[in-house]
Amino acid sequence: MSPQITPIADTAQDLELSERILAPDGSRIPNPRLDAFVADVDAAQLRALHRDMVILRRIDAEGVALQRQGQLGLWAPCQGQEATQIGTARALAPQDYVFPSYRETGVIYARGAQPGDYVRMWRGEEGAGHDPATLRVAPLQIIIGAQTLHAVGYALGIRHEATDEVAVTYFGDGATSQGDVNEAMIFASSYQAPVVFVCQNNHWAISEPVSLQSQYPIAGRAPGFGIPSLRVDGNDVLACLAAMRWALDHARSGKGPAYIEAVTYRMGPHTTADDPKRYRDEAELESWRRRDPIERLEAHLRAAGQLDEHQLAETQAAADDVAKAMRAACLGMVTRPPLAVFDGVYAEPHTGLDRQREDYAAYLATFEAEA
Amino acid sequence: MTELTLGKALGAGLRQAMRDDDKVVLLGEDIGRLGGVFRITDGLLDEFGAARVIDTPLAESGIVGMAVGLAFRGYRPVVEIQFDGFVYPAFDQIVAQVAKLHYRTQGRVKMPITIRIPWAGGIGAAEHHSESPEAYFVHTAGLRVVAVSNPADAYRSLRQAIASDDPVIFFEPKRLYHHKGDVELEAPLADAPPMGLARVVRPGTDVTLIAYGAMVSTALEAAEAAEDDGVSLEVIDLRSLSPVDYDSVAASVRKTGRVVVAHEASREAGVAAEVIASITERCFEYLEAAPLRVTGHDVPYPPAKLEKYHLPDLDRLLDAVDRVLDRPNSLTGVEA
Ligand SMILES: Cc1ncc(C[n+]2csc(CCOP(=O)(O)OP(=O)(O)O)c2C)c(N)n1
Repeated sequence: MSPQITPIADTAQDLELSERILAPDGSRIPNPRLDAFVADVDAAQLRALHRDMVILRRIDAEGVALQRQGQLGLWAPCQGQEATQIGTARALAPQDYVFPSYRETGVIYARGAQPGDYVRMWRGEEGAGHDPATLRVAPLQIIIGAQTLHAVGYALGIRHEATDEVAVTYFGDGATSQGDVNEAMIFASSYQAPVVFVCQNNHWAISEPVSLQSQYPIAGRAPGFGIPSLRVDGNDVLACLAAMRWALDHARSGKGPAYIEAVTYRMGPHTTADDPKRYRDEAELESWRRRDPIERLEAHLRAAGQLDEHQLAETQAAADDVAKAMRAACLGMVTRPPLAVFDGVYAEPHTGLDRQREDYAAYLATFEAEA
Repeated sequence: MTELTLGKALGAGLRQAMRDDDKVVLLGEDIGRLGGVFRITDGLLDEFGAARVIDTPLAESGIVGMAVGLAFRGYRPVVEIQFDGFVYPAFDQIVAQVAKLHYRTQGRVKMPITIRIPWAGGIGAAEHHSESPEAYFVHTAGLRVVAVSNPADAYRSLRQAIASDDPVIFFEPKRLYHHKGDVELEAPLADAPPMGLARVVRPGTDVTLIAYGAMVSTALEAAEAAEDDGVSLEVIDLRSLSPVDYDSVAASVRKTGRVVVAHEASREAGVAAEVIASITERCFEYLEAAPLRVTGHDVPYPPAKLEKYHLPDLDRLLDAVDRVLDRPNSLTGVEA
């Protein structure tokens, strides 16, 4: 399978050249490369993908609301990227291990995140939001691109143990400019590591357009590293699922790394601290609204007579329940006592830090003595 | 007891650590068939194979980032950075990832990574091959920092670093790679003094002279010269820069009342500044003179022909000793 590469930097313009299975109006179009990977997907599974995306959008909206209400320090919305995140993450096997960036709310959702997991880090209660071992997802990464190398290291371990696991890493289009991401691709290729790179090209790295990072379609870089790649319509959940199944199959069967560029769009701000009006054209946003991933699948299901109002209402109610649980978990969080700032710095006793902890404990005790 | 060079002792330490635990893997540039540019990993590829002695592409951030991923997977990676001046491209992975992941995850992810760095000057090397970056790492919470000064310590503490569940920045004074000493290859690790413990290398009564790495040799020379002059120096090898064993240091200072701290690294916000601040906090009332630093200058590491003016030598150490003893010195003028 070879990718179709057209050297045009503006991915919005040549979106038609991305792999897709569902057209923006929801109609199904034949895709000789990818169809086989989703031949088994029936209406019930499509409805499940739809439900995932609705729930994710609701979680995301709740995150924004909680931030606006002062409950979270920051939130990184993923509205518009639901198909990329759900489609790719739902292709994973339980034993696979994910190294995400901060925007992968949908990925941790698909891996079974608990309500508090979405907010713990953004609320500032803990450095990481979830238990990496239970979700098999590394802590959300803020340093752009650093996690891609971790995935390759992990995958090297998999290779040495000759198991059928795959390491997966997610990153943005801006991240592709980082040395680490390029180094990760070199290492992955050199060692034929079972790793899948998922670039979520959401067109913007804060205020910088993708054209500043790359004058060539991002998926086109991977073959230069010896890594086969696919560029997929990131707002087509079925295509994302299929592409990821292709990539995972490739890596799992010992053929080495694979790369996916999912061409999508960040509908909201970069984070709740950002004002996209300063750098982004309203018309551009409008054109992407017409490619909304949830509406696309909805249109497809409705046309097939596979989604009715009752089911929609049920899905919305389920989404509200998840958001409610997330809010309750957030508001119910109890900040750890002061000495917890010292917890977990080292695995073994460190005399310098232990002394600081003692000093601070003694200082704190003076207040108790006063009381 | 076996007589080994410091370099061979390090190689023996790696070999033993790899035999003890099959999760120990080595990563680095040229460490396989070449055995490393300093030949520290010589023979390890033959014994353990390419899956455990991993020659890497030439990318330091990549090497350390890969080690992070391997640690996620339960390995104990030992990274070789080819030269001190080449650790900077990996700085982000070290301080933002290796150092922090245990804390961020409240211990759910361990980073038992050892990062070996051939370190410091005095060998007439090219630019970027003689740097002393230890303060950057000492300043970073979550890392342990070790600097060795002799073959026995090198053998033992490298194994301890690898066995530690914490990440360790392991500095190897390349100036001493060929220095010989006795090593107890069979001694059980469990009986060894902890990695963080300082050592009194030479007892004395008048001044505590604190050093680490190759500077310990210079400190010992100074102690011998001072003895001829009727002054007794107690030389302490810190061995660990994070944590610093302040109990041993303070015990010595309480005895002597006078302190000189020496290192090759430049002065501002360096390890000596920290050690002296801590001594002052801890045993101010025992001090008979202001503690002094003898360090490299606050300049980029100079070209090889000039490095002798940068590195603290015997005379600069003795001058500082004279100053803390209030004897005629470079400030008061030479004795008439
Ligand atoms: C090394 C580094 N530099 C800068 C930043 C600040 N920053 C946070 S997100 C971001 C843009 C990233 O864009 P992209 O990789 O496209 O991902 P996206 O946010 O669009 O998902 C920047 C510059 C950072 N987190 N890390």
